[in-house]
Formats: sequence, structure tokens, C-alpha cells
Amino acid sequence: MLDDFFVRALIAGIGIAVMAGPLGCFVIWRRMAYFGDTMAHSALLGVALSLLLELNLMLSVFIVAAAVSVLLLFLQRRGALSTDALLGILSHSALSFGLVIVAFMTWVRIDLVGFLFGDILAVSESDIDIIWGGGILVIFAIVYLWRPLLASTVNPELAEAEGLKPERTRLFFMLLMALVIAIAMKIVGILLITSLLIIPAATARRFSTSPEVMAVLASVIGALAVTGGLFGSLHWDTPSGPSIVVAAVGLFVLSLLPIGRRQIEAAHHSTPGGHH
Amino acid sequence: MLNFRSPETLPLVNLSNAGVLRNGRWLVRGVEFSISPGEIVTLIGPNGSGKSTTAKTAIGVLKPDEGHVERKPGLKVGYVPQKLAVDWTLPLTVERLMTLTGPLKGREIEEALSATGVLHLAKSEVQHLSGGEFQRALLARAIARKPDLLVLDEPVQGVDFSGEIALYELIKQIRNRTGCGILLISHDLHIVMAETDTVVCLNGHVCCRGTPQAVSQSPEYQKLFGRRAANTLAVYSHHHDHTHLPDGRVLHADGSITEHCYPGDGHHHDDEENVHDHGEDCGCGHHTRLHGYEAKEKRDA
Repeated sequence: MLDDFFVRALIAGIGIAVMAGPLGCFVIWRRMAYFGDTMAHSALLGVALSLLLELNLMLSVFIVAAAVSVLLLFLQRRGALSTDALLGILSHSALSFGLVIVAFMTWVRIDLVGFLFGDILAVSESDIDIIWGGGILVIFAIVYLWRPLLASTVNPELAEAEGLKPERTRLFFMLLMALVIAIAMKIVGILLITSLLIIPAATARRFSTSPEVMAVLASVIGALAVTGGLFGSLHWDTPSGPSIVVAAVGLFVLSLLPIGRRQIEAAHHSTPGGHH
Repeated sequence: MLNFRSPETLPLVNLSNAGVLRNGRWLVRGVEFSISPGEIVTLIGPNGSGKSTTAKTAIGVLKPDEGHVERKPGLKVGYVPQKLAVDWTLPLTVERLMTLTGPLKGREIEEALSATGVLHLAKSEVQHLSGGEFQRALLARAIARKPDLLVLDEPVQGVDFSGEIALYELIKQIRNRTGCGILLISHDLHIVMAETDTVVCLNGHVCCRGTPQAVSQSPEYQKLFGRRAANTLAVYSHHHDHTHLPDGRVLHADGSITEHCYPGDGHHHDDEENVHDHGEDCGCGHHTRLHGYEAKEKRDA
């Protein structure tokens, strides 16, 4: 018999996987994995600020993650350091500032492990409302932005020349990432959010014939990973975030096995030339 | 053709004294030209001379730091960038590439793909195409959206000689059929498409401009390229009144040396005494650059 808290976690986790799928595809296509990590790590600063200023947790995390991405854009424009180095500085300074601020607040007791690695017990009914409300918003936004997002992923100058607005699209994309991080934090934890974005999308690549198929498949694979991971977490009493990631990696490894690849390989060989 | 260039037709795009500054250096400066419907303008110049920068400025991807760029309101651009790398993680077929920036009907996609001769590759992933096939797919994508202005940044790169002639033929047909304006960037300093109305030679500024001379009128080139090429290719003789020194400064015909040069600096004039034919030792500064440039360009061939 499943407990209420577990059903809540399952509904919440699947909601997160559905919105993370298409967004994760763009993270892979645009090579922004480390960028996603940086935004996720800044979430702990958001947690600390929410406790310090008594703000809503998700709102505070969203604002900090969005602010960090805007700060990165600004620093990139100045061009003094490589994006790589900037991300490293921003990522770890946000994480450390968050931990230091939390340590100073001796009057609050906070479950740090829960924030870092996810806690299925923490999901309330109002969280489910927020996750599915936010999830539907994210899906609608991605559908609406799909063409400019995809075109500027292939080539921003091409998109700009042909009347799409790559800069504006990129800003919206970053806000969507911040939103997903704020929503997903409770289930998968700050340190592992990016893996829920990347691993299902990477698994979907081998079976996809178009960007649209890959986005939908990534959502489905993500939902499978969440379901498997949460059952494992319940069974072995392990933290929910790492359990979900282990399940996702399991699916990824399965996708690498030659059994599933024969068809794809055949399709590849039917066209001349190899990978570039 | 002439009706496309009637005086009441407004230019699609007009650059006046346009310049782009990056990190304190002028990538290109003092660029003046316009493209009217049905007109083909070819930009030539050595590597790093600002050809791509100029094209991007013309279509609004880059904003000029000085001067003006005016585009016809609602101008529809079809763009083939010089470099386009699609990440392997993105599953993108040629067919899907066609509707990247806007919706198209199935019939329009087929027409464009068969016009550039890659219809049989419609279901192939773009990462599996050869350089020439990918170039044709990109050209198909740009023409399928029926643009007012087609901007082609080195469209014949990675295409062999006979493919190059076929592509120029195709570009000519597109112009004749649709009456669109075409901005073409050539990778060759001396050979341009025969249909070109205006050649603009850049090297950080407009070095010279003019109309090409058809290969068919020059027996030596005709022998070199063959009869099929003679009607498609043209020779462009540079008429420079200055030399680019190795350190980037400019030596003018009157003996003075300046850091930059652009129209209006008092050194450029249109008098005929500076006009010369292109010889090996003419000292116009083009040959030294041409050799280095050729070696780099041949890497894809």
C-alpha cells in the first residue's frame, strides 16, 4: 500500500520530469550543462536569503537563480574572463555564501541534506499545485518559444537575420531554467537538478529523429527515472534525489546497449559519411 | 531585368559610411553600397577584411558604430552564414532544417531542395552531409522562404569547381525568377559570378569597386576555365589607389601613410591614372595577401 506522502512525491516528481525534458534538451544542444549547475548551486543562496528575510522559498530561489544568470550575461559582455572561469566563480561563491549565511543563523534549524539531495517527505499538497501549475506554464512557454529557441540554438546570427530575436529568447530561456530549478529543488535537491535535465535528454538522443521527438522522449524517460528512483528510495530508505539520478543513469546505460542501437546504426549507415 | 532597377524602386538596403568598432579596432569602416531588387552585389577581399562583418551589418545582425544602415521596412532576409556547426546531440534532418526560422508548405520545401539538387537527402541528418551537400541544403533553406534579399556568405566553399558553376547558375536563376536582391561574399579575390552587377573590394574599408569583366571576353581565362565556366564566371580587375602595408597601415598613391583609410580622408580619388591591370609586380598589395589567403582557404578543398 502506498502512503500519501509517496503518492505526492510521485506526482510532483513526474511533473518535474515532464518540464525538465524539453528544457534539458536545450541545455545539451546549447552546451549549457555547467551553466545549469551554476544556477542550481545558487539556489542555496536563495534558500539562505529566504530564511534570513522570511521570503517564500521558491520565489527567493527563483530570484537568486535569475539574478545569477543575468550577472553572468553582464560579466560575459565585459569579456575579461572566459565563460568557464566565470561559471566556476559564480557557482561556488553562490553555494558557499549560502552555506555561510545558513551557518550564521543559529536560531534556525535547517535540513541541509534535504536541500542538497532532495527529500520526498517534504512535498506538500500546495507544492504539487505549484509544480503542476509551474510545469504547465513552462511547457506552454517552451511550445510558444520553440521556433526561436531552436533557430538560435542552431545559429543565433541566422535567427537574428531572419527576424527572430535570439537575445530575448535566451533571456526567457534562462528565466525558465530558474523557474524549473526553484520548483525541482525539493525533490531532486540543489546538487542534482542538472542531472535530471541532462541525463534523460542524453538518453533520448539515440532514439530521436527530430528535436521535437527528443523533447517528448526526454520527458517520458525522465518520468520513468523519477518513478523508479522514488520506489528505490522508499524501498532502501535512500535520499530521493540520488536515487532518481541512479535510476536515470541506469536508463542511460540501457540505451547504450547494442540491442537498442541496431536500428539506429542501420539508419546511420543508410546515409553517406560519418559523424563530424 | 531592367524593370527591377527602375529609379522608383527603393533599395532593399543602403549602407552609408558604415563602420563597426570592436575592442577599439575598426573591423571595417566607411562602407558605402546599396542593393536594389534584382541586383547582385559581390563582396571580395582577403581574410579578415570585414566581408562577413559588412554583410552582418547590412542585415542588422551587427549594429554600425558609425554611419547609417537603412533597410526597407519589412525586409525579408534569407541568410546562409559562413560557418554553421550543428551540435551532434541535435537530431536535425535536412527537411526539418528547412522550417528552422519559419513555416513552409511541403511543396515549397520540395521545390527548394530539388532546385539545389539535394531532394534525395531530405531525410538525412545534417551532421552526415558532406560540406557541399550541407551548403546546398543551407541554400535551399534560404531560398525556400522567398526572401527579398538573399545573403550568401561564401556559398561555394567546400564545393568543387563544377559544383561552383552549377551553384552560380542556380543563384542567377533565383534572381531572374524571383527578382530578389543578392549579397554574395566570394572566397576568391579575382573570380566572381558573371551576373554580378557591382563588386565591392574590402580591406577594412572599400578598396575599390566596379563591374566585373566576363571571362568569355578574356581568352586566357576562357582557356583556363573552359567554355562552360566562361558564361558563369567573371574576372574582376582591381583598381587600387593605395597599398596595405604589413603593419596594417595604408600607403596612398600620393606617398602619404595613414593608420586607416576610408572615403573622405582626402586620399581617395577617382582619377584614371591609378587604374592599372593586375600584374604580378603591380605593387597594389594584393598579391602578398592573396598567397597567404589562398593557402588558408584551400584547407577545406
